[in-house]
Amino acid sequence: MPIDLDLQQLRHGTTLLKRGFARMQKGGVVMDVTDAVQARIAEEAGAVAVMALERVPADIRRDGGVARMADPSKIAEIVDAVTIPVMAKCRIGHFAEAQILQELGVDMIDESEVLTPADPFHHVNKEGFTVPFVCGARDLGEALRRIHEGAAMIRTKGEAGTGNVIEAVRHQRAISGEIRGLAVLSREERSNRARQLEAPVELVHEVAKLQRLPVVNFAAGGIATPADAALLMQLGVDGVFVGSGIFKSADPAVRAKAIVEATTHFDDPKVLAKVSTGLGEAMRGIEIERIPADERLQERGW
Amino acid sequence: MQVGVIALQGAVSEHQRALDGALEALGRSGTVITIRTLEQLREVDAAVLPGGESTTIGKLLQKFGLARELIRRCEEGMPLLGTCAGAILMAKEGDGQVERTRTPLLQLMDIAVDRNAFGRQRESFQLPVDVRGWATPFPGVFIRAPLITRVWGRAEALALMGGGVVFARQGHLLASAFHPELSDDLRVHQLLVSMV
Repeated sequence: MPIDLDLQQLRHGTTLLKRGFARMQKGGVVMDVTDAVQARIAEEAGAVAVMALERVPADIRRDGGVARMADPSKIAEIVDAVTIPVMAKCRIGHFAEAQILQELGVDMIDESEVLTPADPFHHVNKEGFTVPFVCGARDLGEALRRIHEGAAMIRTKGEAGTGNVIEAVRHQRAISGEIRGLAVLSREERSNRARQLEAPVELVHEVAKLQRLPVVNFAAGGIATPADAALLMQLGVDGVFVGSGIFKSADPAVRAKAIVEATTHFDDPKVLAKVSTGLGEAMRGIEIERIPADERLQERGW
Repeated sequence: MQVGVIALQGAVSEHQRALDGALEALGRSGTVITIRTLEQLREVDAAVLPGGESTTIGKLLQKFGLARELIRRCEEGMPLLGTCAGAILMAKEGDGQVERTRTPLLQLMDIAVDRNAFGRQRESFQLPVDVRGWATPFPGVFIRAPLITRVWGRAEALALMGGGVVFARQGHLLASAFHPELSDDLRVHQLLVSMV
């Protein structure tokens, strides 16, 4: 029905609306999709959002070359296919790609290390956008720098496209450990800590008090099974991104649904055992040590 | 008393915080729990079905008989507040999006909803809401919000906006298109708790 409200005159893009959108994703699974058919499979499985891509990270890794924002026609195809929010990736620091994604109606922009960085010094100034951003982080300092730039959601970087959960676990443990460590510091000590973290001292005080990040914190990078999702949820993340793990597996629809249920019932081993059963083959996966240091995506970003 | 937030997906901790605040403001003693099992659902005196994605929460409610039990508890008279996605799931009738995604509605209230009625995230907005009988407007936070397009039978409109209804009541059941849990105003949660 037609809306009798002048939407132009309303307050859009406030911090509350950006962080609030991210909060509505909590306890959910965001799935990478590359076309309308995959997007509908993800929606049907219970995804809280889809990430619209031309290639999943495993293929980006395999193909090499410069990875950029997806073609707008690809994003439009996926936006039209589903009723749930659509996210899309821009290169680190590429604010023009971000402007295009906002124009296309994308609900959240992932400024992502999975794509080839565009700016060797800066990330996108996210305050200037109406739509919220999610950014990757490996530790507390990186997370706080991104939040200071306006990120409404943080996710672990993990090591995308590997189907190997170890890096996501490393990053989540680093972030939560560093947050716990702030609790015992005096106010003066936190000022020093802020300098070490290369993060604003106000944010360090806020995190010390909250004992969590002031924005939603998801796990990403290498999650391939329901048990992987449950592991990260038990380590304190608010939800998960699954990239290559679903559509590089033998039976994506069944695996996607199982990961959704495992993310909800992450602390109930009975449910986890049930949903983990008979899913067919998971994606093959890569040992992190086999990836040369300069090909590790998590090293991108500053 | 014991109140709970159905914790399958969405803004759960925000509602817990608001319920804690509402209990304190009303001087009622009670605890706030999260609900993921039938046993937990049977224990509470009132509950919240939070915002999140209605397609996701709707599917997860169908598992383990949670939807059936929630309907039974509401028929018994348990107060329930649904916000955003929760309001959609409480409706008798959905729009094309609800039908296309085969989202199973609980059909608890005589209301029809239009999902994502105002547009996508860039169209999400904040606007004060005039609620019938309240002295001051409520700070409305609308995120990819639905609109209640029709109210009939035993349901009544408590707040109007944009040619539709954004807050409705049917006896002990409340549905809001906006997110009271994202504001510091506790009146919506107080209304829920006061019905126990």
